[in-house]
Amino acid sequence: MSVTAPPASVADLPLASSEKEDRFAQATQLQLTWWRFRRHRLAVASLFAVALFYLIAIFANFLAFSDPQATDARRSYIPPQAIHFSLSGGPAMWVPGLKGVRDMRTFKLIYTPDPSRHLPVRLFAHGYPYQLLGFIPTDVHLLGVEGAGPGDGIFLLGTDQLGRDLYSRLVVATRTSLSIGLAGVTLSLVLGVLLGGISGFYGGVPDMLIQRLIEVIRSIPTIPLWMALAAALPNTWSTTQVYFAITVIISLVGWTDLARVVRGRFLALREEDFVIAAELAGASHGRIIFRHMLPSFMSHVIAAVSLALPTMIVSETSLSFLGLGLRPPAISWGILLQDAQNVQVLANAPWLLSAAVPVILVILAFNFLGDGLRDAADPYG
Amino acid sequence: MLIYLTRRLMIAAVTCVAISVVTFIIIRLPPGDFVDAYISQLASSGSSVTADQAAAMRHDLGLDRPGVVQYFFWIAKVAQGEFGVSMLFKRPVAEVIGDRLWLTMAVSFAALMLTWILALPIGIYSAVRQYSWGDYIATTIGFIGLAVPNFLLALILMYFGFKYLGLSVGGLFSPEYAQAPWSWARLGDFAWHLPLPACVLAFAGTAQLIRIMRANLLDEIRRPYVVTARAKGLGETRVILKYPVRAALNPFASSVAYIFPSLVSGSIIVSLVLGLPTVGPLLLQALLAQDMYLAGVIVLLLGVLTVFGTLISDLVLMWVEPRLRLQGRA
Amino acid sequence: MRPIRMADRGQAILSVHDLAVQFPGDQYVVQALEAVSIDLQAGRVLGVVGESGCGKSVTARAILRILDHPGRIVGGRVVLDPGKPDEIDVTALARNDPRLLDIRGGRIGLIFQEPMTALSSHYTVGNQIIESVRRHSKLSTSAARDQAIKLLRDVGIPRAELRIDAYPFQLSGGLRQRVGIALALAGDPDILIADEPTTALDVTTQAQILALLRRLQRQRGLALMLITHDMGVIAEMADDVAVMYLGRIVEYAPVMELFAAPRHPYTRALLRSVPTILAAPRQRLATIGGAVPHPARRPTGCTFHPRCTEIIPGLCANEQPAPIAPGHAGASCFRVERALQEAAS
Repeated sequence: MSVTAPPASVADLPLASSEKEDRFAQATQLQLTWWRFRRHRLAVASLFAVALFYLIAIFANFLAFSDPQATDARRSYIPPQAIHFSLSGGPAMWVPGLKGVRDMRTFKLIYTPDPSRHLPVRLFAHGYPYQLLGFIPTDVHLLGVEGAGPGDGIFLLGTDQLGRDLYSRLVVATRTSLSIGLAGVTLSLVLGVLLGGISGFYGGVPDMLIQRLIEVIRSIPTIPLWMALAAALPNTWSTTQVYFAITVIISLVGWTDLARVVRGRFLALREEDFVIAAELAGASHGRIIFRHMLPSFMSHVIAAVSLALPTMIVSETSLSFLGLGLRPPAISWGILLQDAQNVQVLANAPWLLSAAVPVILVILAFNFLGDGLRDAADPYG
Repeated sequence: MLIYLTRRLMIAAVTCVAISVVTFIIIRLPPGDFVDAYISQLASSGSSVTADQAAAMRHDLGLDRPGVVQYFFWIAKVAQGEFGVSMLFKRPVAEVIGDRLWLTMAVSFAALMLTWILALPIGIYSAVRQYSWGDYIATTIGFIGLAVPNFLLALILMYFGFKYLGLSVGGLFSPEYAQAPWSWARLGDFAWHLPLPACVLAFAGTAQLIRIMRANLLDEIRRPYVVTARAKGLGETRVILKYPVRAALNPFASSVAYIFPSLVSGSIIVSLVLGLPTVGPLLLQALLAQDMYLAGVIVLLLGVLTVFGTLISDLVLMWVEPRLRLQGRA
Repeated sequence: MRPIRMADRGQAILSVHDLAVQFPGDQYVVQALEAVSIDLQAGRVLGVVGESGCGKSVTARAILRILDHPGRIVGGRVVLDPGKPDEIDVTALARNDPRLLDIRGGRIGLIFQEPMTALSSHYTVGNQIIESVRRHSKLSTSAARDQAIKLLRDVGIPRAELRIDAYPFQLSGGLRQRVGIALALAGDPDILIADEPTTALDVTTQAQILALLRRLQRQRGLALMLITHDMGVIAEMADDVAVMYLGRIVEYAPVMELFAAPRHPYTRALLRSVPTILAAPRQRLATIGGAVPHPARRPTGCTFHPRCTEIIPGLCANEQPAPIAPGHAGASCFRVERALQEAAS
């Protein structure tokens, strides 16, 4: 027995649905998720941060100052140099040049910054050649030193032992580290959606088998396993082959989380009235999955992906840091951090740790983004 | 309860078998087999082996038979505690590993305990005093723990320890005890060195568990049974500790199942940075030298021990959770 | 017709005066209760009836000061033993005042709607009852256990000495609610608040639980506040009735009077919407037009006016009728006020 009854028509009610509520009622799942997501300021900021990181990755060579592979023994371990701005005689930028000093004990020529020499820095200067977006050959860079002599350059973050500019390497490494995360997550997603979907949609024996498989994979300590698999890669493989092999290795474990999310959503949705209605209406399995179920858990999957990405990136960084992941001449954050393994070296050249900063920032940004998306994924909740 | 127990033991057994298969595959992955490696080793020291001799060796070791047979050959030996000989160190694998495996487990277990001791009270505090300063500080630390991979944390600690304190942080023993046999003094020295690596390892897990505990407790605090407890006239502290905390403990306890493998994982890489005499550096050495017998055994033992650790924690969980204990009896 | 005094205030053992409760939110403040006044008397049953969301449960929780966050009492008083020298204003006690904790369970017992979720599944039934027995007495553990078994027998649980060691999830819904009642009685209170005690149960169990409540109330001389949305339950159980709508009491009257001559249009509408076997066959059941408005958008004027069929143009939509004075029967409605004025002149 109910005391209330639905109103005869919406118009009868002086306080009933305004225009806003209509908009809410007609919105798609993704729209609702987006509206809710916008309310999380930290998550929105993280979205911009992530977008910025990927922009850096896309335009890495344009943003780099000097060839990340170019070695020069003379400029080994140069500390970070600021870009100076001067306004006298019109706005201009300069960096100090280098001067050679002979160490009176070892008689070695050591190069140190010479603040008295001003090297002018120009916007859109010409530098080493590269292909913009992978197909436009150019040599224009955001900043560059005009009339650079041998060994001259902008060393915003200092140089490593072989005299390579750390800033340029860091920018180019962003490309590798972020793309390997993306590739790994894509592979995990395919595996996760496929296996999680089978598990959740069909249930029964396949579900049991897949669940056990996930349990087994999750109870194995991953790093030793990765290390062993990565070490087993033949030495003769090219950089690209290793890159893909490492991607496969890190997604072998990564798919389990995504499969769990997908399975959970399938199980929940299978009982929903609209799915049963579609089934009764004679819709095919494919149609039910792609037309009815997938849109309603898209946002959950997006959230799970954004939480899985940082794990992938850390995995690659860890492996490369150990010397078992990508191999030079590839540049990734893990490879850059490999140089910082030795405490003695680190004490003299602490700027080698700077690759830790983007790692931490990216993990944070993806996690905030993922948390925001996960909260927003239940728009009616 | 018996059903659950059987199921759980079955999963553990299947996992162990799966780990052994993966290990075996890893051992066989690099081109060439043990005999090839042995021959090239002998060649480097000047002696040589004929093709017949090599074939005889292969036959003795069972290397001329199909992979599946070889697997059973190998696993039977491992089950008897015969792990083979390390090519890198030219000594039996068991001898090379020695204490290292137990030190790895000790460090991981210490980190696990630390994770619990820290995360439980902080998580409760964070939930009960939601949006207080303490909660914000705990949340911030939680995010840092989430964002800084533990090898980076170890690296940063090493740098600051070296730069500002002038000491080399790391190791599990002082130099005078490093090679000494076990004694009370060595144990004391070990206990003194343990906290730093344990803290580094525990940091990420603690951060994660604080988040889990906070979220679960916030969930439980709004449940009607908490109102019932208040309506009984119980004090707020007793209400919180006896009822919602008890309920939130379950997901917390089961989280051990996935925290522990990641702690063992982490201990490998942190050991490398901090120079701990665990299996971590040994594994890396073995892998870089392609000494697959040694590496395989390390991976196998780590995996099996982790499965046992997880199994024990699950049994404890079953014992404290009435629903699981009484399953099928209601 | 003049406003009648419901009861001598000296007889009431719990008196709620002009109680107001708010739930402040991010965008708006929800006024959950407004000028609510009720009296509970020993040996009598007060039925509180209304649609979901009208503030029935909030009233119960406000009396015990166990409102969910962020709810808070912003006005009024809740007086225990009014008129006696040791009367206590519950709203004036500090949050951790030991007297407040003694009142919860010791003077006022609370029975919940959902017996499953209201009991913790991590402890046995006995553990949860004994805890409350010992909290409000000086009994030893074993004596408290005997007391708990006695309570379980009292509420009609067979084989109580075995069931005491059961976990709530091992019991049926009806047994669980009996445990809930035993739990509410564990501290030997003289006031019992039952918050929709039968809503989650099936019809036969409902009748049993109501009969049990009735028996316990009579045997122990309890003051019972019975919250329900079911007019049938009210007719069967209540001595007095408070009808609530959107956080206000719109009518307050002895039960016979309410059913015989309902004064507020809302009460009349509620009574019309009760199915009856006396109605002509195939007659449509009356419903109340419209829906309960969102709590954040309370109508101006009389809160019921958008759904009222007897609205006075220009008045009901703009001004609020006076609330029913504490300790009085009546209806909060301009129609009723006018009728009274006409009768007086």
